Amino acid sequence: MEFALISLLNGVTYGLLLFMLSSGLTLIFSMMAVLNFAHASFFMLGAYFAYQIGSATSFWVALLLAPLLVGVIGALVERFGIRKAHRFGHVAELLFTFGLSFLAVEVVQLVWGKAAVDYRVPAALQGTLFTLYATSYPIYKAFMIAVSVFMLAGLYSFLTYTRIGLIIQAALSRPDMVQALGHDVPRIFTLVFAGGTALAGLAGVIGGNALVTEPGMADAVGSIVFVVVVVGGLGSLTGAFVASLLIGILQTFMVGMSYSFVDFARAIGINIHSAPLLARLSLTQFAPVMPYLLMVAILIFRPRGLMGARES
Amino acid sequence: MNTPPLLHTRRLVFWSAYLALLVVAPLAVHKGYWLSLLCQIGINTIFALSFNMLLGQTGLLSFGHAVYYGLGAFVTMHALRAANASSVHFPITLLPLVGGVAGLLFGVAFGYVTTKRAGTTFAMISLGIGEMVAASSLMFPAFFGGEGGVSSNRVVGKGLFGINYGPQIQMYYLIAGWAFLSILAMYALTQTPLGRMANAVRDNPERAEFVGYNPRRVRFLMMMLAGFFAGIAGGLTALNYEIVTAESLSPYTSGLVIMMAFVGGVGAFFGPILGAALITVLQIVVAGATEAWPFYFGIIFLLVVLYAPGGIAGILLEQMKLWRSGELRRLWPSYLLAAVPAVILAGAVVFLVEMSYALVNSSKTGSSEVRVFGLGLDAGRALTWIGGAAAFAVEVALLRAAARKISGDRYARPLPQGRS
Repeated sequence: MEFALISLLNGVTYGLLLFMLSSGLTLIFSMMAVLNFAHASFFMLGAYFAYQIGSATSFWVALLLAPLLVGVIGALVERFGIRKAHRFGHVAELLFTFGLSFLAVEVVQLVWGKAAVDYRVPAALQGTLFTLYATSYPIYKAFMIAVSVFMLAGLYSFLTYTRIGLIIQAALSRPDMVQALGHDVPRIFTLVFAGGTALAGLAGVIGGNALVTEPGMADAVGSIVFVVVVVGGLGSLTGAFVASLLIGILQTFMVGMSYSFVDFARAIGINIHSAPLLARLSLTQFAPVMPYLLMVAILIFRPRGLMGARES
Repeated sequence: MNTPPLLHTRRLVFWSAYLALLVVAPLAVHKGYWLSLLCQIGINTIFALSFNMLLGQTGLLSFGHAVYYGLGAFVTMHALRAANASSVHFPITLLPLVGGVAGLLFGVAFGYVTTKRAGTTFAMISLGIGEMVAASSLMFPAFFGGEGGVSSNRVVGKGLFGINYGPQIQMYYLIAGWAFLSILAMYALTQTPLGRMANAVRDNPERAEFVGYNPRRVRFLMMMLAGFFAGIAGGLTALNYEIVTAESLSPYTSGLVIMMAFVGGVGAFFGPILGAALITVLQIVVAGATEAWPFYFGIIFLLVVLYAPGGIAGILLEQMKLWRSGELRRLWPSYLLAAVPAVILAGAVVFLVEMSYALVNSSKTGSSEVRVFGLGLDAGRALTWIGGAAAFAVEVALLRAAARKISGDRYARPLPQGRS
């Protein structure tokens, strides 16, 4: 019970962090049909900027400034890179962001070194919020949940209740009509791209100190985020939300469970003596490949994803 | 009139010349260093061409092509170990075929899932499969050998007529032979109905479906065959290095093959051949000269994506067209004019990058001196930075002006009608 509750809380924290990344990716994809391969690189930049700004001023300044800075870089990338690659089609766009993600790792290594930087949770947020049975729950995780929920509520109301949010929604489905009504659609694209990358940056700010801030962090998270988007259904925000939580919770539970198939069989009364290697592997060892297995299963049984609108 | 396409005189001449080049190439180099470079080029050529069966011919951008290459290498290595351990005699010459069959089988298994979708979704799924295989390489140390990889000895028994592939030169001819056969087979495939339908599926899957072909099936078949040739390349790597590590199926290797194919040019069959040779040489030469090589690779890749999406092959074909129409004679002075700022600009970029790395490393090495092209510079002084930045800005402006002049010259007169 204790394990289940704590794992659930940790899983939700991780899942919300994943959603902060996948929501930006989904928005950008459904608007411009651009799959931003470098999305996780913006996440990494957010963490590094927060470390740099935080060590000069305070964490709270970094929380505000770092995502903005990442958003500005995102806008520049869209305006001077992606728009240029767009003329040559989707493959060129995808490869451009792929090259960018490669370069981002190199630049980060050049500026901050190859080892992890010491980006820590601020003193005000250190400590235990409550103790459940014997496990303590840190304040910072609650803070992460609060920031994610606050940000998501903000994003939702921005898209549904503000004028510009409605224009963005309109441009999602009928860009030419929106253009004909006199709105500057390319500028809306830049804005959405900046917004999406800023979200990734924010995820980096609050996730960088909970995970590790190192040059490999973009690759570690990037492929999981793609899996989330495929499992949820391309272009569906709700789908991305469900898939983020699903993968976050599943992976957290699996990491904590050291049962293997053989153990499970023994528990129900079957003793297996010579099992193949696959059956001996514990769930913990399976945790890293679980998201990909889930993706394969979804593709076989429901190719459009959990909430995807159509098959493409 | 109905000569099979492979037997046209021009093609025969071309392929014979290529074969002759493969045979003669090692005679021109003496040092072992260059011989192993040639071996690597041969392997990468097969690998890059198999990748282009997907991207160039079927329109499928795969971010996980190293899976088939790496798994082919591992299976070949285990076959080699079995041949070493027991008296089961399997000719080493045919061992790459084991890798090929492994690649084919994994192509069937993974391709069934990945080819359900095309376009961007395929790219994402292939990335996921690639990550999955890379992650599971740590889960099964018995097969993948953990961190150290799996190794063996390629000399088994005495061999036929004294050919036991012990000396590197024998290994080279094994690679060259397999490379030639594979390239020929992959070229022949482009001329078959399947190859043509793959192009149709790439350009317009809906119409391909109307003609009566299932696009998914065409993608699946191409995926299997691409897996086969990638597996052959992997099998040759296993024999060539006598060790296989998890790096051969890592996302890094998948990225490298994208780079080779794309820089060479995915629009023409021979593009990836050029790309594989160029990138392999650059990788060894540039990586030996500077630690900033991944940075240069990234820059080169981005420049190709943004300014020459046809790659080197695209540029060459464009110039051929101009030459045939006689336009090139009018344009070459402008080309020379553009070459000057281009070369200086490249130099300025190299200076700036090298100075950045020297400045970062100065805390470790204690000196911020750089030597680039025989010039000594102090990266710690502001003046060198201002000079570098100024050169960069001026040359960018000049290059843009030159590019405008070239396109102005080119379209000043309409191109002659007729064949172009």
